[in-house]
Amino acid sequence: MAHGTAAVAKIDSPRSPYVRRRTTRGNYELYSWVFMRASGVVLLVLIFGHLFVNLMVGDGVHAIDFGFVAGKWANPMWQVWDLLMLWLAMIHGTNGVRTIINDYATRDMTRGILKGLLYLAFTVVVVLGTLVIFTFDPCPANSPAELLPSFCTA
Amino acid sequence: MPTAPAGTLYRGREGMWSWVAHRVTGVLIFFFLLVHVLDTALVRVSPEAYNAAISTYQTEIMGLGEAGLVAAIVFHAFNGIRILLVDFWAKGPRYQKTMLWVVIGLFVVTMAGFLPRHLINVFTGGH
Ligand code: HEM
Ligand code: HEM
Repeated sequence: MAHGTAAVAKIDSPRSPYVRRRTTRGNYELYSWVFMRASGVVLLVLIFGHLFVNLMVGDGVHAIDFGFVAGKWANPMWQVWDLLMLWLAMIHGTNGVRTIINDYATRDMTRGILKGLLYLAFTVVVVLGTLVIFTFDPCPANSPAELLPSFCTA
Repeated sequence: MPTAPAGTLYRGREGMWSWVAHRVTGVLIFFFLLVHVLDTALVRVSPEAYNAAISTYQTEIMGLGEAGLVAAIVFHAFNGIRILLVDFWAKGPRYQKTMLWVVIGLFVVTMAGFLPRHLINVFTGGH
């Protein structure tokens, strides 16, 4: 390489102040780091509430059946609760597993396939779970009344 | 192309092991959640289908599994708050070890509140 003036001109003078180099890859990883922490705090409240109501109140797990779910989702508060929990937990969990795949799957091909499967699972579960909450019918026709919540016959 | 080392042992001790446990519990909860949303979706099939699926969960073995799941969540949640404090509280990094013992203490207290009641439901409740 020739020692031309062009190359010399590119070197900063010794006392030039520090200039932070702009990253060229966007701030995606920063936002994802912030999201993991913010969603974690909200999820703590949502999931502890979910577990308390479904496992600790009354007969716990033994009380859960179709009528129990219908009774809960008759209240819009629990619909919003479950919807938020579904979305936040799925985004938080998917993003966490994405980090883990990046850490351990060293071959580009393996990493691509694993992440493809991860995003597919994310999409299926979030779409299905959201539809279930919004299209839920507490009193389906032709179902035995004893399986349905009491307000169906009232 | 050089390949990155995977699965190497980092420095050990509290910092590393709490990170390993956070990772393992996170993945566990994630896979549970995938199955959990699918089985809840059975409420859209029919009350019979949902009740049939749920009743297979209401056994003693599954009751123990639920206890394990709750333990995983409780650890992940409390340790998650510890991670927040390490990142955002000025003295967090200095107290990370102490805070892990606080997490373990809170974990024991929470499980002591939860387990007796849950196990009584699982082993003596029922239809
Ligand atoms: C053994 C413990 C658990 C039991 C017995 C249980 C039970 C239930 C039941 C009965 C429902 C129906 C609706 C309702 O009750 O709100 C439900 C929905 C739901 N649960 Fe759980 N749950 C458990 C643990 C969890 C955990 C750990 C998470 C989060 C990671 C979670 C996330 C959800 C979500 C997102 C929904 C809404 C599903 C949908 O949109 O279709 N559950 N669960
Ligand atoms: C209960 C409240 C929760 C809190 C407070 C919480 C907190 C956190 C925090 C702060 C991180 C970031 C760790 C880091 O960047 O080093 C994290 C990672 C993670 N979380 Fe959660 N989380 C919670 C619930 C969940 C749920 C419900 C799931 C699964 C659906 C989950 C799965 C994961 C995974 C897979 C990671 C990645 C672990 C790693 O990279 O080593 N978390 N969690």
